[in-house]
Amino acid sequence: MSDTEKTAGDFREVYDRRGTMEPDFKVTSGLTPEIIRTISDEKGDPDWMREFRLKSLELYNTIPVPDWGPSLDGLNMDNIVTYVRPKSGMEHSWDDVPTEIKDTFESLGIPEAERAGLAGVGAQYDSEVVYHSVRKEVAESGVVYTDMDSALKGEHSEMVREHFMKLLPPTEHKFMALHGAVWSGGSFVYVPPNVSVEIPLQSYFRFNAAGAGQFEHTLIILDKGATLHFIEGCSAPKYNVANLHAGCVELFVGEGARLRYSTIENWSKNMYNLNSKRATVAKDGAVEWVSGSFGSHTSYLYPMSILRGEGARMEYTGITFAGAGQELDTGAQVIHAAPRTTSSITGKSLSKDGGRSTFRSSVVVNRGAYGCKTSVVCDSLMLDNKSRSDTVPVIDVRNDDVDIGYEAKIGRISEQAIYYLMSRGISEGDAKAMIVNGFAEPISKELPLEYAVEMNNLITLEMSGKR
Amino acid sequence: MSTLLEIRDLTVGVGEKIILRGLDLTINAGETHVLMGQNGTGKSTLASAIMGNPAYTVRSGSILFEGEDITNETADKRARRGLFLSFQNPEEVPGITLENFMRTAKSAVTGEKPRVMQFRKDMNAAMDKLNMPQGYASRELNVGFSGGEKKKAEILQLLLLNPKLAILDEADSGLDVDAIRIVSDGVRRYRNEGNALLIITHNAKLVEELTVDYVHVLDQKKISLTGSAELITRITEGGFAGLGDNKADKGGASASREAQ
Repeated sequence: MSDTEKTAGDFREVYDRRGTMEPDFKVTSGLTPEIIRTISDEKGDPDWMREFRLKSLELYNTIPVPDWGPSLDGLNMDNIVTYVRPKSGMEHSWDDVPTEIKDTFESLGIPEAERAGLAGVGAQYDSEVVYHSVRKEVAESGVVYTDMDSALKGEHSEMVREHFMKLLPPTEHKFMALHGAVWSGGSFVYVPPNVSVEIPLQSYFRFNAAGAGQFEHTLIILDKGATLHFIEGCSAPKYNVANLHAGCVELFVGEGARLRYSTIENWSKNMYNLNSKRATVAKDGAVEWVSGSFGSHTSYLYPMSILRGEGARMEYTGITFAGAGQELDTGAQVIHAAPRTTSSITGKSLSKDGGRSTFRSSVVVNRGAYGCKTSVVCDSLMLDNKSRSDTVPVIDVRNDDVDIGYEAKIGRISEQAIYYLMSRGISEGDAKAMIVNGFAEPISKELPLEYAVEMNNLITLEMSGKR
Repeated sequence: MSTLLEIRDLTVGVGEKIILRGLDLTINAGETHVLMGQNGTGKSTLASAIMGNPAYTVRSGSILFEGEDITNETADKRARRGLFLSFQNPEEVPGITLENFMRTAKSAVTGEKPRVMQFRKDMNAAMDKLNMPQGYASRELNVGFSGGEKKKAEILQLLLLNPKLAILDEADSGLDVDAIRIVSDGVRRYRNEGNALLIITHNAKLVEELTVDYVHVLDQKKISLTGSAELITRITEGGFAGLGDNKADKGGASASREAQ
């Protein structure tokens, strides 16, 4: 265990390392049409996008802040800088990325993971993507993996325009309106019919600036029969001012296609993580979400899957760990919009040192969606008497031929189990960490090995109270 | 003969309730003790107090292990000194494989990391002897194990951790005759001149093949009677009620001390 702790401590040090390089450009804080126009000018948007941004800002100003979740009082948009461009271009070789930024990604292990077993990598630093690359053989199979800015202006511009914020429109909620206005960076993926990408693609989002926002947009389109595993990672050093992340992920899964979307989120504890993710799945297609939420001060995160075609299926497997000062409100949503669609939601949540963890699940089965199967299992573990865990399920079924399962368990860590492990010589701290890692095991086993190791390290860090 | 465990005038409670009062017991290296008693007399409480279960409070008295006072030590420290308890109802711990748990425990108890391949070999050998399929190594700790499988897994831990003093709390309850023999074989394999056993049981079968040095009867919150192995036969044949006459002249701890 002591070995793991050391590694975990090293991890913390890496996450916390602040970059010192001055940005190339940033807008003033706050939100005005002038700021939006400046971002649009700086990015060289096509006209439609410029209008889209300004319309989104109007929406932002009319939509109220959500009144049902964790408090957002600590977030003042007047103090948030929405666009920070690092001194770097969008490079295809790590050698061309400025040393300090490259070193940051090196210490996070990104280039190493790329060499070891990724089909492609995208790396974003603050508001812009600084590196994007895809293996030659993957590119030759017709797979497109590029930064969103290039996609918006390049040969796939029509495809982007057709899909951009169609699943998650700016009208969805206040922070999607904000995203529509100030989005920058992110990745675009297109996998052609029947192409199977055997090893994962990964985009990593590093957020270095203080008092700023990151608003990357991820758009993934899988054509008929395509297969892909996409991994999203994120981290940031800690500051004493609020930071905001309002990314948007839109996934289009074609007929018979299969997409796995894995996330290890480790934002620093000054972050308001108001992220939205949504997938639409065509006939016989499948989307699988694997999600680990460890960081941020406050999170709202509930990926939605719309099962639009007959036989489509979704699986969600996620874990959330709320430590001191954290309020993490996470979950999953599914809409069964076609017959014989299936969904399975497994949520695990942990809370410790006064942290608060809420798991929301929403299952909707439409009127004509006969023969659907759905199962929701959520399991919460509180590690002490100060912490809190809530489970909020919604099940809305509009026909009578549905197979539904729902199971929720909330409990404290078992003193008897701790004693049992201690009676075998294992210290109290290690015994607790073992029980918690065991609790998380159904999620970590869904992750590629190195990410599972990272997750275990994050849990050990949380358990040791070093975060 | 060196003394492993010495319990002096021990009073133990759960919450407001006193379960053991003024109990004495001494166990030396090389001895096998059997503890019997009717249900609810506090046999498991004694085992828990010796192991350091935080749910039980020692109100007064002391527990010494190899001459050192461990009354206030946590269970992990006691385990590292060489104490072991085979649980009556071992906890299920999801997400941890039996093998990983065993390796972590072994390294915690010995203070050094066992080599992975060697440890696996030792573990497989021990599992073979207990008639446990090797697939159990990769199963989650006690999760979905039958009663008998849990008991075997406890004996497996006993064999691999090789403690100085092992307390077996009803290691045979709920087992069929064949399983009892396997557990009993395992216990016999563990036992040598340098270590000791305290066996809590209702069943003569488990200890049939062992050389029992002392049999204690727990009654009225303390050890009310201590005798030799033949006491087991008397209890299994006549029940605890038939012992009534002896209680007056053979008074628990003093008898135990005299016998040594």
